[in-house]
Amino acid sequence: MAYRSYILVCGGTGCESSHADKIYQNLKNEIEANKLSEQVQVIKTGCFGFCEQGPIVKILPENTFYVQVKPEDAKELVDEHIIKGRPVERLIYSASDDKNRKSVIAEEKDISFYQKQYRIVLRNCGMIDPEVIEEYIARDGYAALEKVLFDMKPEQVIDELKKAGIRGRGGAGFPTWMKWNFTKGATNSETKYVVCNADEGDPGAYMDRSTLEGDPHSVLEAMTIAGYTVGAQKGFIYIRAEYPLAISRLKIAIQQAKDMGLLGDNILGTDFSFDIEIRLGAGAFVCGEETALLASIEGKRGMPIPRPPFPATHGLWKKPTVINNVETYANIPMIILKGGDWFASIGTETSKGTKVFALTGKIKNSGLIEVPMGITLREIIYDIGGGIPNGRKFKAAQSGGPSGGVITEEFLDTPIDYENLAKLGSIMGSGGLIVMDEDDCMLDIAKFYLDFTVDESCGKCAPCRIGGKQLYGLLDKISQGNGELDDINKMEDISLAMQRASLCGLGQTAPNPVASTLRYFKDEYLEHITDKKCSAGVCKDLLQFNILKDKCVGCTVCARKCPVNAISGERKQPHEIDQNACIKCGECYEACKFQAITRG
Amino acid sequence: MTSTPALHQNSAEQQELLHNIVDSLKDQEGALIPILQAAQDSLGFLSTESLKTISKLLNMPYSEISGVVSFYSYFTTMPRGRYTIRVCLGTACYVRGGKQLLEELKKILQIEVGETTEDKLFSLEVGRCFGACGLAPVLMINDEIHQRVKPTKLAALLAPYKSENDSEATDESPKISQEDAQ
Ligand SMILES: Cc1cc2nc3c(=O)[nH]c(=O)nc-3n(C[C@H](O)[C@H](O)[C@H](O)COP(=O)(O)O)c2cc1C
Ligand code: SF4
Ligand code: SF4
Ligand code: FES
Ligand code: FES
Repeated sequence: MAYRSYILVCGGTGCESSHADKIYQNLKNEIEANKLSEQVQVIKTGCFGFCEQGPIVKILPENTFYVQVKPEDAKELVDEHIIKGRPVERLIYSASDDKNRKSVIAEEKDISFYQKQYRIVLRNCGMIDPEVIEEYIARDGYAALEKVLFDMKPEQVIDELKKAGIRGRGGAGFPTWMKWNFTKGATNSETKYVVCNADEGDPGAYMDRSTLEGDPHSVLEAMTIAGYTVGAQKGFIYIRAEYPLAISRLKIAIQQAKDMGLLGDNILGTDFSFDIEIRLGAGAFVCGEETALLASIEGKRGMPIPRPPFPATHGLWKKPTVINNVETYANIPMIILKGGDWFASIGTETSKGTKVFALTGKIKNSGLIEVPMGITLREIIYDIGGGIPNGRKFKAAQSGGPSGGVITEEFLDTPIDYENLAKLGSIMGSGGLIVMDEDDCMLDIAKFYLDFTVDESCGKCAPCRIGGKQLYGLLDKISQGNGELDDINKMEDISLAMQRASLCGLGQTAPNPVASTLRYFKDEYLEHITDKKCSAGVCKDLLQFNILKDKCVGCTVCARKCPVNAISGERKQPHEIDQNACIKCGECYEACKFQAITRG
Repeated sequence: MTSTPALHQNSAEQQELLHNIVDSLKDQEGALIPILQAAQDSLGFLSTESLKTISKLLNMPYSEISGVVSFYSYFTTMPRGRYTIRVCLGTACYVRGGKQLLEELKKILQIEVGETTEDKLFSLEVGRCFGACGLAPVLMINDEIHQRVKPTKLAALLAPYKSENDSEATDESPKISQEDAQ
C-alpha cells in the first residue's frame, strides 16, 4: 500500500446530485493544506449502491462508512478521522431502524443493506476510480482478456460460458453462449460486430448506467473477449445520450485501454485487433429492442424488423453481430477468471449468477443492489430494503418495467429467477424493482405504463399502435369514474390481440402491466367501476376532500398548506374546502393533526 | 447536453459550424445521427434551415433526414428556453410524486410539456429516470439534478434561476403568484 489512508467519495449520479464533487474537492484541498498528499489519497468512485443515504464517503483501511456527507464536513473528516484517528460519529450510518444497530455502524459489512448482497457485476463499483485504468488492473482487470488471448481457444470461451449458464440480463434471458456460438459459426461474412446494449429504456432503472459509470473497463474487456471469440474487429456501445457521465467515463476508458495496448491494433502484442466506438441513443425506448437498435446505429429510424433472421447472423449492416446487455458483459471477465463452474454454483437450477436491481419506490433503503438469483422478494424488501417507510403496508412490487407485472404479498417467498417470475405473470426484465404501498393505485400504475408504451410505440404495426391507445383509453375512462363492467372484457380482448400480433417485444408485452394488475387486483378495478371509488386515493376524479366540522379545531394548518388557497375559515372555527378550487393535492389531508380531513 | 445554446449565431456562422460538424463526422458509418446530435448540441435546436444544409452536405434527401429527426425525442426543431426543466416521470419518481411536480410546474410556468415560457427563460420537458431514483422525485434544470423536490418548494427552487437572469429580464418573467413564492 502506497498510501496510509484512502478516502473514497461516491461519484455516482445520485451522490453527484447532492454535491459529491464539491465534497471531493474540499477533501482534496484539506489533505493538501495539511501536507498529507503523500500519505492520503482521495478517490472518486462509482455508485456504492446505497444512494438513499448519499452522498457516501468511505475511508480505508478502517472501512468507515459515512453517509449524508456535506461539503462543509470535509474539514472535520480530515482533522478528526485522518489526523487524530477519531471517527466522526455524527456522520456514521446509524439508521435507528437498521436491524443491526448497536450504537453506530461504522462498517459496510455490518449494514443490513449490504449483508445479503453478492457482488460480481458491481465488484468494482465504489471500490475504484473508474477514470484510472491502473485501479481496474490492480483488481485483476484485463487478466481475463490476457487469459483468453494467450491460453484459450474461442471454443473454450464458449464452453466456459455454457458451463456458467449465464443468460442475457437485458430482459429476455437468452443463453449467452448460444448467441456467441451462432455468430462465431456464421459464414455469411468475414466482417462481424460486437454490440453493447446500454440503452436502458426501462423508466425507473439505472443498473447499466451505474455499472458503466463505476466500472467502464469491465464492459470494454468483455466486449473485446467477445470480439476475439466470435471473430469480430469492431464493437459499438449504444448508450443513451441522457447519460453524460457514463459517456465521458467510457470515452476516457477507451482511450486509456488504447494507450496501454489493451484495445486497438495488435492487442497485447498478438495479431488480434479490436476497436470500440460509442454511439449515442436519441431518446426512443424502442431502440432498446435489438433490431431497432441496430437500425439506429446504421443512422436510420429505430424501427424493429421481424426476426428471423437474427442479429447473430444478420445484424449490423447485415453482418453477424453479437448483441448483449451491459450487465451480461460485466459478468464475463469474472466467469473467465473464476471459471464457469464457480458461476454456476450461484443461483437456481435455471438461473445462474446474480442480478442487479434498482430497488426504488416506497422502500426505506432505496438503491442499487446485486443479489444471488434465488433470493426471495421478502429478503430484498425487508432485509436489504429495510421495509416500507412511514408505517405503510406493502402492496406490490413491480419488476420488468413496462413489459412486466406486479408481485404481491402472497408470493414474497418465491425464489426469484427467470422462470418463477414468468409464472407469476411478471418478468425478470432488466432490473427495475419498484415497491408500492397501500397509497398506490394499481389501475393508475397500469395506466402509467400504458401511457409510456403508447408514447414510445414506433407506430410501425397496428396492434401496438392502435391497441395501446385503446387500452389506455379504457383505463383512463375507468379512472375518471366512467367505467363499465364490460370494459374489463374489452381490455382482455385487446391485450390478447396485441400479444399475438405485434411485431416486436414492445407491443407484445405492453399489455402485461394491465393483465398482471387485473389478475391480482381485480377488486380494485371493480371498485373504480361500480363504486366509483379509488381507495388508494390516487385517481383524482374519484376523490373528494372534506373537513369534518366536529373534528376541526380551526388550527389553520391546512389553510396554510393549501397551494391554491381553497380552504377558508376563521382561527378556532371549523374550516371549509372550496371544492371548485381544490386541486386534490392531499396536502391538507397529510397536514391535519386532528384527522379532521377525510379523503373519499 | 442542455447547455445554453448560442441563440444569436448568424446564419453565416451557423453554416460554417455545420460544415465543420459534417466534415468531421461524415466518414463514419451511420453518420447522420451523430451529426444531428452534434448540430443540436451546438446550435440548441435543429431549424429547417440547418436540416437543409445538412441534407445538401450529406447529399441525402431532406425527407429522410426530417424523418429521422421526428422519430427521436432527443431532437427538437424549436428553440428552447435558457433553462430546460425536465421532470422525471420514471416509475420511481412517479410513485413518489413526480406527476404532482409536473402539474405544479405547468401551473407556475403557465406552459405545457414541450413549450417554452414567453420570456424564453424556461422550457418544460419530461424525462424517464435520471439515475437518482433513491432520491425521488427529481427534476433537472439544465445539467443540474434537484432531488426530493416538493411541489410546495418549487417556486423557491426556481427563484435563483430567475434572479440570475434579472439583469436581462424583462417585465414578463414567468408568472408566480405571491402565495407560491412563500
Ligand atoms: C421494447 C424493447 C426494449 C428493450 N430495451 C432493452 C434495453 O434497454 N436494454 C437491453 O439490454 N435490452 C433491451 N431489450 C432486449 C434486447 O432486444 C436484447 O434482447 C438484449 O439487448 C440482448 O442482450 P442480452 O442477451 O445480454 O440480454 C429490449 C427489448 C424490447 C422488445
Ligand atoms: S410492436 Fe409497437 S414498437 Fe414494436 S414494431 Fe410494432 S408498433 Fe413498433
Ligand atoms: S387537497 Fe390540496 S388543494 Fe384541496 S383543499 Fe387540500 S390542500 Fe387544498
Ligand atoms: S450514487 Fe452514491 S451511492 Fe449511489
Ligand atoms: S425514476 Fe426518476 S430518477 Fe429514476
